[in-house]
Amino acid sequence: MSLGLAFVAILAIALAAAWLGYARARRLRAAAESRLHSLPVYHGAHAALWAAIPALLLVAAWAPMQARLVNQSVLSSPEGRALPDFDMQRDSILGEAREIAHGDREQGFNPESAALAPRIRDAETGYALIGGSIAIVVALGAAGLALRQTRLQFRARTAVERWVMGLLLAASLIAILTTLGILLSLMFESLRFFRLYPIGDFLFGTTWSPQTAIRADQAGSSGSFGSIPLMWGTFFIGAIIAMIVAVPLGLMSAIYLTQYAPSRLRAWLKPILEILAGVPTVVYGYFAALTVAPAVRDFGIAIGISSASSESALAAGAVMGIMIIPFVSSMADDSIAAVPQAMRDGSLAMGATKSETIRKVLLPAALPGVMGGILLAVSRAIGETMIVVMAAGLAANLTANPFESVTTVTTQIVQLLTGDQEFDSAKTLAAFALGLALFLITLLLNLIALRIVRKYQEQYE
Amino acid sequence: MTANHSTVTLPDPRSEEAQEPPSARVAKMSTDDVSVFYGEKQALKDVSIEIYDDLVTAFIGPSGCGKSTFLRCLNRMNDTIPSARVTGRIELDGEDVMSSSMDVVQLRARVGMVFQKPNPFPKSIFENVAYGPRIHGLSTSKAELEQIVEKSLKRAGLWEEVKDRLQESGTALSGGQQQRLCIARAIAVDPEVILMDEPCSALDPIATAKIEELIHELRGRYAIAIVTHNMQQAARVSQRTAFFHLGELVEYGKTSEIFTNPRQQRTTDYITGRYG
Amino acid sequence: MSSAAPSRWSDAAMQKRLRRRYRSERLFRSAGLAAILLSILFLAFLLFSMASRGLGGFSHFEAPLTIDFAKSDTFLEPQQLRGPDAAQAAASADLEGVIAQAAIAQYGATAEEMFGDAATLHLTRDLLADPDMLQRQAEIWLPLGSRLDVAAKGGGDERSERLVASLRDKGELKRTFNTDFLRASDSTDPTAVGVWGALKGTFLTMLVTMALAFPIGVLAAIYLEEFAPRNRWTDMIEVSINNLAAVPSIIFGLLGLAVFLNVMNLPRSAPLVGGMTLALITMPVIVIAGRNAIKSVPPSIRDAALGVGASKMQVTFHHVLPLALPGILTGTIIGMARALGETAPLLMIGMRAFIAAPPGGITDPATVLPVQIFLWSDEVDRAFVEKTSAAIIVLLLFMLLMNGLAIYLRNRFERRW
Repeated sequence: MSLGLAFVAILAIALAAAWLGYARARRLRAAAESRLHSLPVYHGAHAALWAAIPALLLVAAWAPMQARLVNQSVLSSPEGRALPDFDMQRDSILGEAREIAHGDREQGFNPESAALAPRIRDAETGYALIGGSIAIVVALGAAGLALRQTRLQFRARTAVERWVMGLLLAASLIAILTTLGILLSLMFESLRFFRLYPIGDFLFGTTWSPQTAIRADQAGSSGSFGSIPLMWGTFFIGAIIAMIVAVPLGLMSAIYLTQYAPSRLRAWLKPILEILAGVPTVVYGYFAALTVAPAVRDFGIAIGISSASSESALAAGAVMGIMIIPFVSSMADDSIAAVPQAMRDGSLAMGATKSETIRKVLLPAALPGVMGGILLAVSRAIGETMIVVMAAGLAANLTANPFESVTTVTTQIVQLLTGDQEFDSAKTLAAFALGLALFLITLLLNLIALRIVRKYQEQYE
Repeated sequence: MTANHSTVTLPDPRSEEAQEPPSARVAKMSTDDVSVFYGEKQALKDVSIEIYDDLVTAFIGPSGCGKSTFLRCLNRMNDTIPSARVTGRIELDGEDVMSSSMDVVQLRARVGMVFQKPNPFPKSIFENVAYGPRIHGLSTSKAELEQIVEKSLKRAGLWEEVKDRLQESGTALSGGQQQRLCIARAIAVDPEVILMDEPCSALDPIATAKIEELIHELRGRYAIAIVTHNMQQAARVSQRTAFFHLGELVEYGKTSEIFTNPRQQRTTDYITGRYG
Repeated sequence: MSSAAPSRWSDAAMQKRLRRRYRSERLFRSAGLAAILLSILFLAFLLFSMASRGLGGFSHFEAPLTIDFAKSDTFLEPQQLRGPDAAQAAASADLEGVIAQAAIAQYGATAEEMFGDAATLHLTRDLLADPDMLQRQAEIWLPLGSRLDVAAKGGGDERSERLVASLRDKGELKRTFNTDFLRASDSTDPTAVGVWGALKGTFLTMLVTMALAFPIGVLAAIYLEEFAPRNRWTDMIEVSINNLAAVPSIIFGLLGLAVFLNVMNLPRSAPLVGGMTLALITMPVIVIAGRNAIKSVPPSIRDAALGVGASKMQVTFHHVLPLALPGILTGTIIGMARALGETAPLLMIGMRAFIAAPPGGITDPATVLPVQIFLWSDEVDRAFVEKTSAAIIVLLLFMLLMNGLAIYLRNRFERRW
């Protein structure tokens, strides 16, 4: 007996209940004089839902519990007690034993895993039997109770609709669940990191050189995880260089498209601009690394900057700016279009030229929206990964020279999780701490953007 | 003088013009067979009219008859609508307004406009009025600019109410005050003609009365053309009235004559309230 | 009696000022046009750059080779290649050595590395199709090894270029369409790499993503638009969804790593986990698009259905949802197109290993096309540049297809109420 088998059995019971309910309802309808409240299909569905859902929920809750119980029983067995104490080693042996038990692997690196495998198999079978049996009993019981309710007056459709409503609510709650999941997992792992490394040094330290103990007997880690260089690099590339490219181009594009372009031209140009947003970032990254970065380096050397790197902040930032242009443009577009036509007419009627109207009346009126859009674009740029991984470097440099190489938070997250790291090491946990910082910063930017728009936007009637 | 819709209304004695022989008047603006097309649809047909220097000319007619469209021709605001096409001749002081030698920016400074719904810019009161003089470079110093602003606000009858709060936002004023601000804004560039497109229709009666007072005061300085759907208002403020119907100019003449002795049947019907 | 005469407007200073204003108007307008043209130029440059580098990856050069199987070192028998273990037998037969031997015999001692893994693949395929070839001498055209391929396409070391030139002179060089690129998976030899493994991985991952994100997204959209009461819980859900739509995608990767891999112990680098992670990213997009689509269905339809006695749920599922479906589908396709190009979150859940065989199911280790591009971009061998760019062309074609489909659906089926 395995949980998978129980799953199939429950489905079978549900189908049977559906058929029984349906048939019964039809018989009642044929035999009776007054009408059924709900169609037979609802009676069938009612029975099936009661049969399946509580039992399946039970199975879903049992599975993780079972894993823990199996682990416990295996570790308390004689072979289990003989395992080494060191967490990493023991977990890897257990992992191998699990794979052997499931038939995914013939033999493990560690000799102990072969002995553990039969223990695991027995434990799993035993617990699955318990859990599966309970679930099947529940399914049968629920099906029986539901079927007994099949009567002429029974409001089966309402009952079924209640289930559907529950389903709708559950689907919506997944959003909250995900947000919570992100917050909790990031915070949990970050807290583990901060137990190994002081939070003050993380937030305010200026040296980033992540090292960690690989084996149990290595004398303490000698790494430093000061995140300031990363924050600076992220800010330099995403908020400064990328915005220098994206804001003028995006804003002027939006102005031209909304105020000057004839409508047929606009119908063509706007979608083409949107294509910029649709290109996958890995393509931008490759383009930046292959074409832009060498050109920037050659240019830098030509104008006398000998420290020009082939992984310059300028290359990564410029390409990122190009990618962000459509975001800035579309937000600016929306904000400018929201300014009432009466403003524009009022200014033009006074003898102002179009550009004067735009510069002195429309843009100031649209400014909160445009600012909000820029902040959202910055938030997007900061969270961007592939362009910087492929085109910017790994050097945690605190420099203001755009031709030099800097590193960003996202690059380091990818870097730290490279390779076969055990999940508990300081490096992996540092990645989560960086992730938490990134999440909070982008959240803050988004909230500020929203607030600016709401607070300062003129309420036009 | 009260009036109701079923009787002929008599014009307000204040709207009488100074006794001058008609031939001495020179038209400030004149139009000759002006038509306006929106795409294929014709909105205005062959309108010929004169607007005189120190008179108020009212355009009346039922809604949708083209009076606002015509008003917008006078300062070429129809240019901002891509599908609009204007034919005919429009003259300001004898010059063709539609020709390429007439600069539209200059035209709009000489022919100002006040809109139906007050539309002050989301700037301070001072900045609203100073906008025009600033872009046209009409003042050479800050002090001069302040003088212009004060003068315009005084002429618009708003100075006393806002002189202590010039830095407040223009949109924080009441409806009537906003409209007077818009008038001050138009006055600030020293126009020769002021076009008003139903300036009181969004205002309450007290604010309306104030604006009508203002129009009387402004009359000597600027040629004023006002579109209104309120016949009594036309009778009160204007000396010339043009009656539009379905895109055509039905009748144009002295206000007193139009309201007491109209020549066209359609005019009589409209004035007596048979439609509109 | 009117105010200042027009003469003020015609004086020299005013005219000069007017001219200056018009000039700045023209400059401003040109700046706007230049901005948009520059942006489009960047796009064109990027696409052109990828295309020009990548087109070479779809073709390769072949040269003829005469192999006398009888004289070769191989122990392979024809009947071995007909049995059930044919592939394994072929793999263990060191066909690479056979090719190298024949190459030296035909082209000289320097030709040992003339042919690479692609040639081995081709020979294997030919032999499996015609095992009797083992009993005779065969002349077949085989794809050149990486160094010579690079040289033939222009740019390689001198020795290789000379060899290629001599082949060309003797008429022993042929350029053909490289079907391996679309049929093979990852490899260490750049001439033998293909995107098929990555494509299959992408397809499986997208399947999982769609299966999860679409129902959840649509159901959530229905709930929020039609049934949710105005209270704090609903606000929280809405705020969550709007926030999630703006969270950087790498954070979802961290979530996947922490929860799906470490807590739930799902298999690393599998399309199942990748699909679940991408589903979390795509779901808010579908919810937002779904809400807009549902919102645009006019209330009159709902009222009419309620009027004949349908329950609220029946109104929603029988009337509103079908009408909102085109808009929902358009939004879904756009969301999936974005998910198609996602790389960072999949790197986090382990899709960065060298996967030499296409995945069999959603729990086998796999990679997706953007990640494959990323992995190849790291390769030092210059021959990988054209392969990476070619893979980018394939990816961009898919994006074009999906976005084109979305636009077509929108134009054809979306009704403007």
